[in-house]
Amino acid sequence: MPSLIFRTHLKTSPTRFKSTPFRLANSGVFKRLPRFIFSLMLAVSLPSLAQSPSDFNQALDLLRQGSIQDREAAIEQLAIEPQSLNLLQALQDGKLFELKAEAKLVIAQESNAGYQLSDALSSAALGEVDRSAVSKINLNNKLRGNLRKLIGQLQLNANDADVRLTAVKAISKEADNKVLALLRQRLSIETAPTVKQAIEQILLLQDMDSADKAVRIDAINQLKSHDSQDVVNRLQAMTEQNSDGEFQEADSDIRNLAAAALSNIQARIQAYAAIETVFFGLSLGAVLVLSAIGLAITFGVMGIINMAHGELMMLGAYSTYVMQQLLPNHLGLALIISIPVAFLVSALVGVAIERGIIRFLYGRPLETLLATFGVSLFLQQTVRSIFSPLNRSVATPSWLSGSWQINDFLSLTWNRFYILVFCLLVFTALLQILKRTKLGLEVRAVAQNRGMARAMGIPTAKVDAMTFGLGSGIAGVAGVALSQITNVGPNLGQAYIVDSFMVVVFGGVGNLFGTLVAGFTLGIANKFLEPYAGAVLAKILVLVFIILFIQKRPRGLFPQKGRAAEA
Amino acid sequence: MKLSNPLRKLALTTALSSLLLTGSAFAEDTIKVGVLHSLSGTMAISETTLKDTMLMLIDEQNKKGGLLGKKLEAVVVDPASNWPLFAEKARELLTKDKVASIFGCWTSVSRKSVLPVVEELNGLLFYPVQYEGEESSKNVFYTGAAPNQQAIPAVDYLMNDLKVQRWVLAGTDYVYPRTTNKILEAYLKSKGVPAKDIMINYTPFGHSDWQSIVSDIKKFGSAGKKTAVVSTINGDANIPFYKELGNQGVSAEQIPVIAFSVGEEELSGMDTKPLVGHLAAWNYFMSVDSTKNAAFINQWKDYIKNPKRVTNDPMEAHYIGFNMWVKAVEKAGTTDPDAVQKAIIGVEYPNLTGGTSKMLPNHHISKPVLIGEIQGDGQFVTVWQTNKLVDGDAWSDFLPESKPIIADWTAPISCGNFNTKTKKCSGQNYK
Repeated sequence: MPSLIFRTHLKTSPTRFKSTPFRLANSGVFKRLPRFIFSLMLAVSLPSLAQSPSDFNQALDLLRQGSIQDREAAIEQLAIEPQSLNLLQALQDGKLFELKAEAKLVIAQESNAGYQLSDALSSAALGEVDRSAVSKINLNNKLRGNLRKLIGQLQLNANDADVRLTAVKAISKEADNKVLALLRQRLSIETAPTVKQAIEQILLLQDMDSADKAVRIDAINQLKSHDSQDVVNRLQAMTEQNSDGEFQEADSDIRNLAAAALSNIQARIQAYAAIETVFFGLSLGAVLVLSAIGLAITFGVMGIINMAHGELMMLGAYSTYVMQQLLPNHLGLALIISIPVAFLVSALVGVAIERGIIRFLYGRPLETLLATFGVSLFLQQTVRSIFSPLNRSVATPSWLSGSWQINDFLSLTWNRFYILVFCLLVFTALLQILKRTKLGLEVRAVAQNRGMARAMGIPTAKVDAMTFGLGSGIAGVAGVALSQITNVGPNLGQAYIVDSFMVVVFGGVGNLFGTLVAGFTLGIANKFLEPYAGAVLAKILVLVFIILFIQKRPRGLFPQKGRAAEA
Repeated sequence: MKLSNPLRKLALTTALSSLLLTGSAFAEDTIKVGVLHSLSGTMAISETTLKDTMLMLIDEQNKKGGLLGKKLEAVVVDPASNWPLFAEKARELLTKDKVASIFGCWTSVSRKSVLPVVEELNGLLFYPVQYEGEESSKNVFYTGAAPNQQAIPAVDYLMNDLKVQRWVLAGTDYVYPRTTNKILEAYLKSKGVPAKDIMINYTPFGHSDWQSIVSDIKKFGSAGKKTAVVSTINGDANIPFYKELGNQGVSAEQIPVIAFSVGEEELSGMDTKPLVGHLAAWNYFMSVDSTKNAAFINQWKDYIKNPKRVTNDPMEAHYIGFNMWVKAVEKAGTTDPDAVQKAIIGVEYPNLTGGTSKMLPNHHISKPVLIGEIQGDGQFVTVWQTNKLVDGDAWSDFLPESKPIIADWTAPISCGNFNTKTKKCSGQNYK
């Protein structure tokens, strides 16, 4: 192993500090003299001023031009001034840029032509510039961590309770005396219960180090009811032995109390973990149901083994991509519009496949399988030729990202939550179409007895095309949902085709409810197995289970009964 | 010789004919170079770019007057991400087309499939992708990173600079992640990391449901010690993984993920918001500021006629490998494989990051190691790099069974796996 030595990127020299006034005069700040003087006056007029304005400007300069290490010092310096909150937040969000021509910091918002600029300190609009006119102020993880803390300190007295809560959480790690004093001060005037609780918890954790035993016991008793990872870690540390076999916590009363409190919290953690696993299972199940439900129509009701089903989903996902390209500034809207668009695109392709290929192959399952497999390869390569073999980036709108943080141990991700809801909506809609519309009636009639249906005057050929189109359209809609959780690329379909067949066969061919129950059952089973068996083995176990199940009940969970079953 | 016509691409994928693009009429006056990259199937996403890179390099060499007074001619075949087909196509290239050397393969399993063919027919294969090591063939030149040029420095960086104490080794379930993680586990343990602070997790190819695993990582990482994920997760599975990390609120500051398979090309297909701040270890970044790199990027954008296309690490590996081969052929005065094998050892060529890479006697090359943080625009900012080039080590020093093994293709050893203890040269199987 050759030796690895950290190479520092120290580009700044000490002379830069000394020459700052000249640099300012030479640079574009001079052109903005009125504003410069104004901010200077503003700074001077502030009574709480702890530093001279030239320090502040030096820090700004350092942030703009310095190395990563210089920036660290610069943000510390800037954070003393409450007026830099806006600037620091922009830095954290990656929106702080250097306007090259004027050598100054600006906040830039992406727009169609380039960037919409505003002043970093005063937020005054500065017009629009080309992309090449600005360059971004880069950060690394250490800086981001520091920034989060500094912003937290500045935001501790913000008006919005949610902002205060984030601020409290940001500064809670490695809280020093200065931070604790700030927190105590805030607690005395805090009104929002969530923020109050968060601050109290930090202070209680501090109390555990107290010299007074009664204070410590009181702190543990109070913390027992808090669902917090910090509390668990702290209590855990108290009950652990070090390498010499000595307990970290010398006092056995406190230790036993801590152990009892820990088991109290851990019982709750287990309950949360079970809820979480069920949610994971349901959301995996929702994805399975969504991808299988279209197949439940084409395979289940019509009996066509459609190997191109996955590619129809892929087309739906690409429709989402295209819609987002057409509406780059309305990602959420584009996603919603792409639901009907994907339905139409996939349905049309489906009808074309049915009219062009499958209708000549009714009653010949093996040939249908081969032909549709060919279609799937054809569709994949078409997409590869049009969109390139690379994956396409489909953005997630903000309301679909993030999670609903119930406490430290339980959080439900929004995208999965919405997909679960979406899955149930699609299922209900499909059920209503089959039950209440004329098409649905005809579909069911043809599925039950083709000859009789034709005798009754139902145009079976047209119904076949419509049914296949419906199933394909649903696959396209599933593709829209998949675009939010997985890659949009030519291989998207292949990843889901086996799962889809698995769900339909397990649920019972020709039964929509079977598909629903089967999808959720397999999802939950998979998620309960995963922690014990690992992702690879869990999947194998589920497949083995299905093979055994099909041996026992070849017609799946909910077999069709009556005359239709024999047809 | 461009594949701009989509119909041609379609025709290629049928994989019926490997000779679509070769003009057999000129066969006598040219030196043929085989390009063995998947243009269809799962791996097309990564390998198509390398095929285009090779065509660009060959094109450029021809503009410079070719090689040994002859023009170079690319023979492009499509092994369609099908591992046995790689062997068949390699055989076809060597026996039917009589190519002077082959540039190709991406996955380790495809290289392992081609290996017996190039050894049997005495061909030359330049392999441009980072891999798990534990191999050195007389006929293969490894221009990608060995574990000591990527994984080990990455772990060192996390341990020394980020003070990481708990480790999640997450990978896709196949040979590269399994071997790399075996080496890393041994390395971490040698550094005094207890077994309970290492979590190893494997997932199937293209895994898309990361909920439970990310939740486990979150729990593992919230025990109060700084935690990092070392990811050998392959290609497609990465996007859902990072998305899930973002959604469950795991930020790069709390639990950084360092990836060995996520480069600029992969990032161009991702919504990079949830990835910002996560790390990657490579030997090349597109963002590296050097005149050679700027020229290469411009050349690539001009060639591919798309100003948005990016460059990545395996492209640089092909760039170095191809130019080293050219130099070796010029030095030997012939394309004869035996002569080129002798001539290429010790050949130096400037890489794109400002250093000069050298072909070592073990058929690996020396490279710098760079660690970068992912930025919102899909590029990396270098946060750490080795102060000099690192020599590729074929046999890991951290696995007890391969510790005494070395590879040296110069006399007197001339062996890919020479046991320094028993002084014996065994075949591919060193045990």
